[in-house]
Amino acid sequence: MSPLAAGLANVFGILVALLLLAAELTWVERRLLGFWQDRYGPNRAGPFGMLQIVADMIKILFKQDWVPPFSDRSAFVIAPMIVMVTLFLAFTVVPIAPAIGVASHLDVGLLFFLAMSALAVYSVVLAGWASNSKYSLLGGMRAAAQMLSYEVFMGLALMGVVVLAGTFDLAAIVRAQRGLWFIGPQFVGFVIFVVAGIAETHRLPFDLPEGENELGAGFHTEYSSMKFGMFFVGEYAGIVLVSALIATLYLGGWQGPLLPPILWFLIKTFFFVGFFILLRAALPRPRYDQLMAYGWKVMLPLALINLAVTGAVVVARAAH
Amino acid sequence: MLSALRTLWFTFLHLFRRRETILYPEQKPYLAPRYRGRIVLTRDPDGEERCVSCYLCSVACPVDCISLQKTEENGRWYPAFFRINFSRCIFCGYCEEACPTYAIQLTPDFEMSEYERPNLVYEKEDLLISGTGKYPGYSFYRVAGLAIPGKDKGEAEREEPPVDLKGLLP
Repeated sequence: MSPLAAGLANVFGILVALLLLAAELTWVERRLLGFWQDRYGPNRAGPFGMLQIVADMIKILFKQDWVPPFSDRSAFVIAPMIVMVTLFLAFTVVPIAPAIGVASHLDVGLLFFLAMSALAVYSVVLAGWASNSKYSLLGGMRAAAQMLSYEVFMGLALMGVVVLAGTFDLAAIVRAQRGLWFIGPQFVGFVIFVVAGIAETHRLPFDLPEGENELGAGFHTEYSSMKFGMFFVGEYAGIVLVSALIATLYLGGWQGPLLPPILWFLIKTFFFVGFFILLRAALPRPRYDQLMAYGWKVMLPLALINLAVTGAVVVARAAH
Repeated sequence: MLSALRTLWFTFLHLFRRRETILYPEQKPYLAPRYRGRIVLTRDPDGEERCVSCYLCSVACPVDCISLQKTEENGRWYPAFFRINFSRCIFCGYCEEACPTYAIQLTPDFEMSEYERPNLVYEKEDLLISGTGKYPGYSFYRVAGLAIPGKDKGEAEREEPPVDLKGLLP
């Protein structure tokens, strides 16, 4: 295969796989939530209900695609696209296996991910703002504040990994974990990154931008049809992305014995996808001020201490 | 933090519990005999209609879904027509409570979906069943004091012969 064909296969393969995965996750989540509530979840359409997403897709595509007359039309339409585009772009830097990955050797890979996840916030904020309704605005405002505060220590937690690996290149970070996965020396960083990742994808314990029982549906209250569907798929793509990054940065990515690399990567990623869904099944949502206090008063100092200690250890070791 | 992890673990353990769901079309749920489902009109043990067209069910119905018309035949009252609009019925069971002759009864059956709304209007021949429903031995005319052909005054169960008020005998 020529390099061009291989590259194209890589790009489209990952794109399609991620899209299908994000869509299918709606079924996985409902099924798992069902199991954890002693139910079955959707099990009718297709084997084990796996074709549920096809039925949902048909339904959502045939819904009226309504743009509220009081909304800021252009921003309203663009907002759901931003979340899809940024999250899919962020996935380009994830090294799935040694040869699979669009730009996994990008030398600013981690920074690129941080930049893209920061851009994804625009989608939520714009959606909340452009909807021109009070619930959406409150949701968007909460999203902005939450992302802002959690982005800070997310980056700081990642710096611990960067200090240990000495590079922003994600594939190189995976290789640097050949002897010991970074979850060992960077356990605090791992915990902080997981918490920040949940907040970043606004998943359940930290889903204040949506907060169904107080804000209607939060920032996407006014969205319908496939625009809403894009937010949904974007959210699931975000879960896959954060899970994949946790696996890459802290659990040695594709590395593992016996099984082929891609399988190891998928196992590790899906473990965290399952964990994210379990969080949704188990934990209640904190109050908004608790969320902010938790972020700034606990997580930020912890991330700073973690970074300082990691730096000190690395410097001390280099001095020997 | 610790309690959150505890919660996570206990929630996870639910993966191995028994599922509470009854997979409906394949598994039928148990419905109690007193379940309030499809309404039927029952017959007395002799196979005659129990309904005496007293209109009490129709009056009791909060959504006005029952309509009927009285007719008389050999001293017995019958409904000329008896119509229940199940697209309105809320299965409250007030008609059953109001019925003085145990004629109208609710049954443990709810599988009565239709594709067209008019098909939910049940006529008397749809409602009448051949059995006695929940009250096997009961026959209104057998215990009522009303005279009908074949049963004169005083011949009903637990009924004394009528007293001749103008007679002088003790």
